Amino acid sequence: MHAGLLTALGILFLAVMLFPIYWMVNASLQPSGNTLTAGFFPTNPSFDGYATAVSQQGKNLVTSLLVSTGTVLLTLAIAAPASYALAQFKFRWINAALLVILIAQMIPGIVIANALYAAYNDLGLLNSIPGLILADSTHSVPFAILILRAFMIGIPPSLVEAARVDGAGLIRAFLSIVIPISRNSLITAGLFSFLFSWSDFLFALTLTTTQAVRPVTLGIYQYLGSEISNWSAVMATAVLSSLPAIVLLLIAQKYIAAGATGGAVK
Amino acid sequence: MPNMQRINRESTPPVSAPRNTLSARPRFSRENVTKALFVVPAAVFTVLFFGYPVVKNITMSLQDYTTKTFFTGEAPWVGIKNYATIFGSNLFTPALLNTALFTLGSIAGQFVIGLALATFFKRRFPLSNFLRSMLLLPWLLPLIVGSATWRSILDQDSGILNRSLEGLGVIHDPIPWLTSPAVALSAVILVNIWVGIPFNVTIIYGGLQDIPEELYEAAALDGATGWKAFRNITWPNLRPVVSVVLVLGVVYTLKVLDIILGLTNGGPANATQTLAVRSYQESFINFQFGSGAAYSNVLILISLIFAIIYLRANRRAVDE
Repeated sequence: MHAGLLTALGILFLAVMLFPIYWMVNASLQPSGNTLTAGFFPTNPSFDGYATAVSQQGKNLVTSLLVSTGTVLLTLAIAAPASYALAQFKFRWINAALLVILIAQMIPGIVIANALYAAYNDLGLLNSIPGLILADSTHSVPFAILILRAFMIGIPPSLVEAARVDGAGLIRAFLSIVIPISRNSLITAGLFSFLFSWSDFLFALTLTTTQAVRPVTLGIYQYLGSEISNWSAVMATAVLSSLPAIVLLLIAQKYIAAGATGGAVK
Repeated sequence: MPNMQRINRESTPPVSAPRNTLSARPRFSRENVTKALFVVPAAVFTVLFFGYPVVKNITMSLQDYTTKTFFTGEAPWVGIKNYATIFGSNLFTPALLNTALFTLGSIAGQFVIGLALATFFKRRFPLSNFLRSMLLLPWLLPLIVGSATWRSILDQDSGILNRSLEGLGVIHDPIPWLTSPAVALSAVILVNIWVGIPFNVTIIYGGLQDIPEELYEAAALDGATGWKAFRNITWPNLRPVVSVVLVLGVVYTLKVLDIILGLTNGGPANATQTLAVRSYQESFINFQFGSGAAYSNVLILISLIFAIIYLRANRRAVDE
């Protein structure tokens, strides 16, 4: 088949798959109201929806940003050293540990939420950013370990040995040699940790009970819960919540693709 | 959601021989203690945030654990009463059936479309890589965003889907996608298929890339191209990846909650109740944490069966 025809077909398939996302943007630019009479193009774009979204959900967007950033930091702090150990140290229990990580990734979130609600209630971690960061890290820690280990397994031990000969301790050698050369995989693991946490809905739903700390995913859910009175505001919030994924897919495509295909499960 | 679990069929480079030249080191040498420190944070996190919840769900399911518990601290042991309650509930069988239909329908749709798109994108053409990576977008968005968007598309009166179908003359009366018990489950499956396609394309595409080109060249000499080549070369070589993608899909679809809660909240008339939704609603709507935990243990048990299948399939995929 002619290459140009294949490209045209590819664009058509992509257009069908991404139509809902186009529709979300289109609907967000309609004048506010409780109906969805939008035409196929926003001929008279209105930013009322965005104004409402920012005033009602601005604080929640900031909460999501704080929680997601915290999740990235915590996830990398936990996963990077563990990945290095699983990739390079000779411990007898490494295969068992990898099995645990694989199984952990399959545990339904509602199981974790059930137990954490009770524990958080006792510890005063409900409605708190640290509580959400810890819970959201369950989405990302196993994944990050698998991604980082897949890279670190290929680091020649001689690199670290050279530093050790020069008198560096194991931890110093890790920080000054392993971390810098793992930069790309750390970025990939960090990006996905951010997106997982940003997308989290389950822990936002179960581990917050007041308006005080409320990720934007829950803000959207509350719009959906009642009779929807202002579609353009809902859709504008949806667009704003999609920005991290859209921007990262466009500017960090290399890292996203690496995560999508490389997080090796062995 | 088809969260991210990726497979990598490339074999890992062998870890080089231990650099430890002093073979007679004591077990608790400073070196070994330092090494252990590398895994301590991950081990503690795993115990607290994966191990503890699993154990806690088992004990909770054997207790009368309700809102009262949070005030009095008392959760009397009730044996298997919670299990008797949920198995006896008239919502259990429908939820189990819906879970099966939701999982089967989603996986079948995602896989068939994913396989078709992966096969399509395997051919090289201008922009093929760019278009394929843009295809990831529905999967990277928060699921609740997908739910909100599809709520607007599927809206009975003013949604674009009904308006388009009516405009084209396909239907005369608007279809109540999310408000009729007869079609709501299908609509929810449709949305979940949309969410899962990128994951399937990515993994299957990776599997297709690993099939040596020479096989196709040799087959072409024998006159096997197109459908014949697919049946005799692509499919047999893809089998291990297929089993992994299907089993992982099942494990991830079983626990889907965001999409159903965002689209229908388990309704209308419980038409989209699944085990995961039941567990959530028992615990966080009815505050019957014991029953909620019992539901999630049923869910864990089913996931575990598929996890074991997955591990076996994955081992085969790596071996081959």
